[in-house]
Amino acid sequence: AEVEETLKRIQAHRGVVATIVVNAEGIPIRTTLDNSTTVQYAGLLHQLTMKARSTVRDIDPQNDLTFLRIRSKKHEIMVAPDKEYLLIVIQNPCE
Amino acid sequence: KRAYKPISYVDQMAIHFSLNGNMILKDSDEGRRQKIRLSTAVGTLIHLPFLLPEKASVETSAVTSEEAEVKDEESTGDTQAAGEEETEESGTAEVAEAAEAEEPPPPRVKEQKLANQFNFIERASGTLNNPMRERACQSEPIPCKNFSTTAYQWEIYDAYVEELQKIERSKEKEKSKAQIAKREEEKKKGRKLTSLESQSDDITKISKAAKIMERMVNQNTFDDIAQDFKYFEDASDEYRDQQGTLLPLWKFQYDKTKRLAVTAISWNPKYKDLFAVGYGSYDFMKQGQGMLLLYTMKNPSFPEYVFSSESGIMCLDFHYDHPYLVAVGFYDGNVAIYNLKKATSQPSYKSSAKSGKHTEPVWQVKWQKDDMDNNLNFFSVSSDGRIVSWTLVKNELVHTDVIKLSVEGTTMQGPEGLQLQTLGCGTSFDFHKKIDYLFLVGTEEGKIYKCSKCYSSQFLDVFEAHHMAVDSVSWNPYHLKVFISCSSDWTVKIWDHTIKTPMFIYDLNSAVGDVAWSPYSSTVFAAVTTDGKAHVFDLSINKYEALCTQLVVAKKKNKITHIQFNPVYPVVIIGDERGHVTSLKLSPNLRRMPKEKKGQEVKKGPEVEIAKLDKLLNLVREPESKA
Repeated sequence: AEVEETLKRIQAHRGVVATIVVNAEGIPIRTTLDNSTTVQYAGLLHQLTMKARSTVRDIDPQNDLTFLRIRSKKHEIMVAPDKEYLLIVIQNPCE
Repeated sequence: KRAYKPISYVDQMAIHFSLNGNMILKDSDEGRRQKIRLSTAVGTLIHLPFLLPEKASVETSAVTSEEAEVKDEESTGDTQAAGEEETEESGTAEVAEAAEAEEPPPPRVKEQKLANQFNFIERASGTLNNPMRERACQSEPIPCKNFSTTAYQWEIYDAYVEELQKIERSKEKEKSKAQIAKREEEKKKGRKLTSLESQSDDITKISKAAKIMERMVNQNTFDDIAQDFKYFEDASDEYRDQQGTLLPLWKFQYDKTKRLAVTAISWNPKYKDLFAVGYGSYDFMKQGQGMLLLYTMKNPSFPEYVFSSESGIMCLDFHYDHPYLVAVGFYDGNVAIYNLKKATSQPSYKSSAKSGKHTEPVWQVKWQKDDMDNNLNFFSVSSDGRIVSWTLVKNELVHTDVIKLSVEGTTMQGPEGLQLQTLGCGTSFDFHKKIDYLFLVGTEEGKIYKCSKCYSSQFLDVFEAHHMAVDSVSWNPYHLKVFISCSSDWTVKIWDHTIKTPMFIYDLNSAVGDVAWSPYSSTVFAAVTTDGKAHVFDLSINKYEALCTQLVVAKKKNKITHIQFNPVYPVVIIGDERGHVTSLKLSPNLRRMPKEKKGQEVKKGPEVEIAKLDKLLNLVREPESKA
């Protein structure tokens, strides 16, 4: 499907380390990493996204979280939340 | 079992104080002995005085005589007394006797009389208390689960919104007349639910998030370009008084269009970062497929929409009010409308040989206002000399010939008295922004016709514009009278449509592919030539030379075909023959607004632009009017 292609493109993009798709309960359904790391990322980022979304909507309920970027020394974790899913991509920003 | 067991010593026991007691139970043997001893000791003290008066009563005469006799008598008296009291104190004598047996005989003393004559001893008895045993019964605990939630602002809001939606839905249900319709709705909902459940882990649901993510990833990769686009202003422009530059930004390319040339570019009127590129081929011999790609500046690595077609696309146009409709003209003379909202890669409506397609490539299409029946309407111009108006009536394209470009003076007498007219080949046209019926057509012969939609056989005016085919005509976005034209005869000319001769002529040393007015200033325009250069002019700064002439496309073999200004951002996109689209940022010198005079307010708006251009035109016109 088109979505599959898009995900493949993202994974093949320059600097992308991993792609994880997490469902509404925090369980990863698709990943390109090993199991333990995936589970760790999924759990932690799920909670963080919930908190971030809650914060944004608490201030203005008509607003909603579009995406979340966490830039660390080693790489950048990008989270795109959806109604039922969470797409996590870890990229090495080329600088 | 089930009773307390004394445990003498426990680990945890700590002895703080211990004292060996010497208490003896009263009724035990040892206790009784001690009691008697105590009581006799007391009795001797009391008995002596007790006995003496008794003796006096028995023998009062012989008082003083023999002490021994007295003693004996005492002893006899004792025994008598003892005898007298035997019956009464038999018990005590017995006790005394019993005591004698074990101990040195206690003195024969009368036991003290007990106060209680009846020898009362308290005796009590109680029922045995049953040891208490605890017996309990417990039912199985109800399974408890901890549930907690925090009432955030948005939870409350969401609840209200849901309520609102429920109410609206119930209202709609009431409104729907036929009950069958209701049942259908419910059935549909039922089906929807089941289909949703079956797609529980379906990846397609994540399409929106995936799109956003792709853009984020691209933003990271092309971070420096994005920063340039947003913030970079060439500082050295201050020193280059009348020169400007074009800063290259993103480059858009797609695998399948590598062999195709960019034949048309257009920005979307609604989404300012979305643009459409039409691919085809200008080469008569090499005609292949065509493609229509829509890119967004937010994602330079992959197009948003891809449509392919059998014939090369020559031109395209977005509808102003319906930004999802794209009108496209093909090399084989057909026109089509693509609907971006639909998922298919085929056009929604297409003309065919039956429905009056052109017999030559369609060079330009432009949407017009909806006609009186609110049908969508667009015009097309082609080398077959016809300008056709296409209307979308009941899902079909209906064509109406608007004008036939007849070349003057070429009517020939054909067989049977027919008058044949050779038709000019239209290559470009443009409609006036304000005057609805007025439009210009450029032809292959180099002429520009000023036409009206109302007159189908006659032109309002003819301009002998160029020596070769007119590649592009365009009205000035601000000034109502000025238009620009460019041609393969290496020139760009600016006209006032009331005057037959051009106001300005620029020779660019190479065939000019396309020219475009800038949307922000009435005096700025850009032209691209086949030698790969882009020229930007600003008439208010320099009337004779370009402010910027820059080689945009690297390889010499590549020709630039089209240029378009972004309506909002200071960006131009340029398409070339290799299927690449390059975006460039205009440096500040190219975007200069009229300087404010001290003390005067800066007037903004189209009037300023018109006035600016008018001033320039007057300068040029004056000598002519004099002449």
